[in-house]
Amino acid sequence: MNVLARALAAAVALRAARRGASGGPAPDGPPGPEHRTAGASPAATRLVAVLLVLTGCAGAAVGVLLALHASTQLLGLAAALAFVLLAVALAVASFRIVPQETAVEDRPPVTDPQTRAALTETVRAGGDGVSRRALLGGAAGVAGAGLATAAAAPLAALGPRPGGRLGESRWTTGVPLVDEHGAPIRADALEVGAFLTAFPHGADPRELGSPVVVVRLRPEDVSLPPGRRAWAPQGLLAYSKICTHAGCAVALFRYPLNEETSTSPALVCPCHYSTFDPARAAKVTFGPAGRPLPQLPLRIAPDGTLQAAGPLSGPVGPAWWGVGHS
Amino acid sequence: MSTQVPAEREEPVGDTPAVRFVDERLGAAKVTRGALRYVFPDHWFFLLGELALYAFVMLIVTGVFLALFFSPSTATTTYHGGYQPLDGVEVSHAYASTMRLSFDVPMGLLIRQTHHWAALLFLAGIIVHVIRVMFTAAFRKPRELTHLLGVLLLGLGLVEGFAGYSLPDDLLSGMGLAIAYGVVLSIPLVGGQLGTLLWGGSFPTAGAFESRLFIAHVFLLPAAMAALIGAHLALVARHHHTQFRGPGRTERNVVGTPMWPGYALRSLAWMCATFAVLLLLGGLVQINPIWQWGPYEPWLGSNGAQPDWYLGWLIGALRLMPPIEPRFWGHTWAGNPFFGGVLLPTAVFGLLAAWPWVDRRLWTRDRLDHHLLSLLRDEPGRVGATAAFAAFVATIFLAGSADRLFVAAGVPYEAQVWVLRAAVFVVPAVVGGLAARAARRQGDVRR
Repeated sequence: MNVLARALAAAVALRAARRGASGGPAPDGPPGPEHRTAGASPAATRLVAVLLVLTGCAGAAVGVLLALHASTQLLGLAAALAFVLLAVALAVASFRIVPQETAVEDRPPVTDPQTRAALTETVRAGGDGVSRRALLGGAAGVAGAGLATAAAAPLAALGPRPGGRLGESRWTTGVPLVDEHGAPIRADALEVGAFLTAFPHGADPRELGSPVVVVRLRPEDVSLPPGRRAWAPQGLLAYSKICTHAGCAVALFRYPLNEETSTSPALVCPCHYSTFDPARAAKVTFGPAGRPLPQLPLRIAPDGTLQAAGPLSGPVGPAWWGVGHS
Repeated sequence: MSTQVPAEREEPVGDTPAVRFVDERLGAAKVTRGALRYVFPDHWFFLLGELALYAFVMLIVTGVFLALFFSPSTATTTYHGGYQPLDGVEVSHAYASTMRLSFDVPMGLLIRQTHHWAALLFLAGIIVHVIRVMFTAAFRKPRELTHLLGVLLLGLGLVEGFAGYSLPDDLLSGMGLAIAYGVVLSIPLVGGQLGTLLWGGSFPTAGAFESRLFIAHVFLLPAAMAALIGAHLALVARHHHTQFRGPGRTERNVVGTPMWPGYALRSLAWMCATFAVLLLLGGLVQINPIWQWGPYEPWLGSNGAQPDWYLGWLIGALRLMPPIEPRFWGHTWAGNPFFGGVLLPTAVFGLLAAWPWVDRRLWTRDRLDHHLLSLLRDEPGRVGATAAFAAFVATIFLAGSADRLFVAAGVPYEAQVWVLRAAVFVVPAVVGGLAARAARRQGDVRR
């Protein structure tokens, strides 16, 4: 530590001395900016030697710390210290030990008209005596296109054609709603203003068509289109949980606790703020989504558990060319 | 070391054995001497590209280490390891191996975090470098191709960074990939096919994607980027650096410090300083703690989830775009994410790439070579346009952190989105106008 302190003091003194000495860089005008001074400062040389040795010590310390199962923080500090020391050593060497030089280098000319003329002639001469260039060019184009097709064709093996399967789901009439662990969901599990995520019994929960968000609103607040009046028994509504904008989970349910000041209930996607009104068939009320969340018709089985009363009202997830209308 | 060396050497001095060995086998004396005498202009502006270069070196070194331990598979396994709260949880191999890297592999967390910080610094370095190039018009003839290669590098860098943080299959990875899938699907006509082609089926259940992403992240993209960096640097060296006007500086020369020994040492010092900062960040400042996000499940999401900052302008664009999804004749001609996720970046990168030619038409107006950099006061129009362009992207970027502002200041994100939708048009006009006026004023003062 003492060595380091002395070395730093030397560096500061050295810098002050340099600044005093080079008060006037003497730009004598026309002669140009070139100059060169050589002569290493003994203090700087000692400082660099010390810094290089310390760099070695810090590097070795990383190895020792690793063997001692030291924390990430200590390892990072030791490795960073080694590079800091080396950086300072190199910088001091660059500015105080090796010759200081400002040089003027001529920029290489980009082109030489004569050489270019010769090149043009060489290229042109390659076509001497060739007739019917258009035919050859066209034929070469056909060859290129054919080979490109042959090269691209295997890429088709990367994935299946989407067909109508994008946006499909396993929900059909009578499929029970289950939670993450496969347990059935009872209608009375939800109070007004509560929400949960449900999956079709027996299906892969990770398929985009699987997760639905179930919310309970007051039945008098629900206003579904005529064909969907029976889809929300006791104010229970289910919608696909995959945002129709970009496929994130519509993970936020906003429910007003104070009717005087709050806005209406909303399902919100945290990614890009698409906001859907669960009381009105998930109509888009804000944000970039281009269509409502598909709705799952619900019914309550005699044992009090929730079941799908039909398939989802439309394709799930982000739109593509063939998504069609919902 | 401290002996006085004559400025001009007429007599050949005795060969150094190493120099002789190399030269008698490669005949590279002339080229090597030229390289050692290569002159670098003395200005910190020229260190920005080097910063990105050294961050890239760090990315390669740390990335190789990570690749030795990472397992690119979404097949499930039961996690057991140093992080107790997730012990016994079913996760993917990708997630489990990243957890192992973070908790059980010696120095793994330091290297993983340093890698992530290096990616952020790499892109920050490139972006600040591009801004410098744009404002000083360093892209002018004969450097248009150098600029194009740089723009391409920035584009690949964004994709590479996204691919990198999408690999661990944590919640943030999955949310990002879900959006990427949505953006691909939204492409007119071919989006559906392209999506299933890239993912090998539907997201996220098709298992093929993870290994494809891995190959892209550790081989295809880095190889392409290394080649582009090589070509970019070769072009820089071919024309030599640009320089600012100054005593003795002309269009035909470069004034500054020669490579050997002064600049080489300085640049290596810069490299070591870059490494030191990255290791310090990697050791002390936590980044992407995937154990806090948890493994990805399609039905999970969280607010406050942010991509890495360099993608902020894309998520911002997705948020600001009004709900437009044109449908005609039974087809969706473009899904909404197409506008913010494909059209905007294409336009921004297209304009960046075309900028040297735009600039020549509007401001430079000649076909001469330009090696002396333009100053702000030289061309107020260029300054205004560049500032407006930067302000446009920056305003969209703001929307990318709207939920931060919501948490910090309680401004509802609906209000933010409405304000920013207008600001996207107003702010660039105002900023551009002010910048051009300031540049013109500066020129008047000088005159």
